[in-house]
Amino acid sequence: MLEISGLGHAYGTHRVLEGIDLKVGEGELVTIVGPSGCGKSTLLRCIAGLVPPTEGKVVLKGAPIDGVPDDLAVVFQDYSRSLLPWLTVRDNVALPLRRRGLGKAERRAQAVKALASVGLEDAAGKYPWQLSGGMQQRVSIARALAYKPTLMLMDEPFGSVDAQTREDLEDLVLQVHRAEGMTILLVTHDIDESVYLGDRVVVLARNPGRVRDELPVTLPAGRDQIGTRADAEFVRLRAEVGRLVRGVVKDSEPPDATDAEDADAEAVATAVEEPAKK
Amino acid sequence: MTAATLTAGPARGARGGAAARVVRGVLHRLLPLVVLVACWEGATRASGSVFFPPPSKIVKRMREMWLSGPPSHLYFSAEAGDSIAPSLGRMALALVLSVIAGVVLGIALGRSERVLAYLQPLMQFARVIPPPTLVPVFIVLFKLGTEMQVASIVFSAIWPVLLNTADGARSVDPMQMATAEAFRFSAADRIRYVIIPASLPKIFAGLRLALSLSLILMVFSELLPGTSDGLGFELTNAQSQSDLPTIWSVIVLLGVLGYLFNTILLAVERRVLSWHRGARKADS
Repeated sequence: MLEISGLGHAYGTHRVLEGIDLKVGEGELVTIVGPSGCGKSTLLRCIAGLVPPTEGKVVLKGAPIDGVPDDLAVVFQDYSRSLLPWLTVRDNVALPLRRRGLGKAERRAQAVKALASVGLEDAAGKYPWQLSGGMQQRVSIARALAYKPTLMLMDEPFGSVDAQTREDLEDLVLQVHRAEGMTILLVTHDIDESVYLGDRVVVLARNPGRVRDELPVTLPAGRDQIGTRADAEFVRLRAEVGRLVRGVVKDSEPPDATDAEDADAEAVATAVEEPAKK
Repeated sequence: MTAATLTAGPARGARGGAAARVVRGVLHRLLPLVVLVACWEGATRASGSVFFPPPSKIVKRMREMWLSGPPSHLYFSAEAGDSIAPSLGRMALALVLSVIAGVVLGIALGRSERVLAYLQPLMQFARVIPPPTLVPVFIVLFKLGTEMQVASIVFSAIWPVLLNTADGARSVDPMQMATAEAFRFSAADRIRYVIIPASLPKIFAGLRLALSLSLILMVFSELLPGTSDGLGFELTNAQSQSDLPTIWSVIVLLGVLGYLFNTILLAVERRVLSWHRGARKADS
């Protein structure tokens, strides 16, 4: 359903992404993992139509993406800034439904239903800032669910919550994926997470960001935090992905840039990203 | 700031204890005022100067002038209808116009960096011109009376609203805008549900300034020729007749009105921006 071909992005002369080819099938949960500064977030923003790619194209359900597509939802890493503090949790979830042509009561009913599916039915009347970080990210997920997108993009969604909450939220994503059959593309820098969640893991290399390899995850669909992580297959995959992320591969690729260069690249990326969004 | 702390009170806690605390707080804050008025009363009586009538006399005059009407008019006299009502009417009209124009222009400027860059120097220039100096210009430009007076008030009250709104609209969190974009909010929804609420704290700060400026310009514009009613007119009229108790009455009334408006605005702000305080507290 999602087809990316030859996608590249450059901020001025700085190439962030180059020659990205990626296909995502209906109902698949694909994780994208890579070292920091490999352009993961830019790739996601290109797919979301928030940033126009400088080359190549993204096709969603047969239609090339030009601007934000209609049935796509994004869960951002920064939940506290992505939720609107002046609206209650329920209204935050209901607001995007305005353009679905639903009445107010109907929007609210759907919002409450989506909140119930992430275990937050009791928090509907609260404000986001009255909730813990993990609960706020649940609200973001509920907002995306209520929107009923065909493709859900998640940009390092659990990057700023504690480990325990993170595991709970990972299981929530798996549960949602199974229950709704939604196609999900999740970006992370966490190798374990990419293997635990994905049907398929796409590993990116950096400078410029490109696909290094893709690995099908051969774990059974029903996963759990303790058992799956102890599984020999999980351990093997994690080691494999870890090697790929660190750039330790057989072929003659140059070793990855140093951390200093990496920080530069990130700074450039964020500096240029803001005006580019306009 | 007294008003802010006054209305604040403790949000939670035992009802009775909280109420008693509020009453005690109010009494404590009123004490200096009571002492001051008492001293003033004593001093003016002792000196017997005609230029400084004692407060008791001023209050008496205020009652005679404005609160001697029938109960059906809430005791407001016909004179109150002739002086206070037109003044407040003009001020309210001018304030509403300033807020509408200021918020609309402010959002347009704040969301377009190019327009802002072009107009910023011009606005900063226009803003620092003391509004009273422009009143003679308005006298030429507009019809004498209400039209000119409202224009004078708007010209001074619009700036804090406009510049603060522009500032607020410009500094909306990019993440909130990205969210609005990702969920394809319409332009109207973006303004209504994201940009305006995000700018509200700044808009209210501008509104407070606009309020006190509009009170000043209200009186000032009524001091000029071409005025036939209003508090400023009453002031000039009393001055020409050396009616000092009336002059003082108007001055005291203006103080009371200013205080009252500010208190009301703060109460509204506390209600409308309760999310803002909550979110800030949660952040820290």
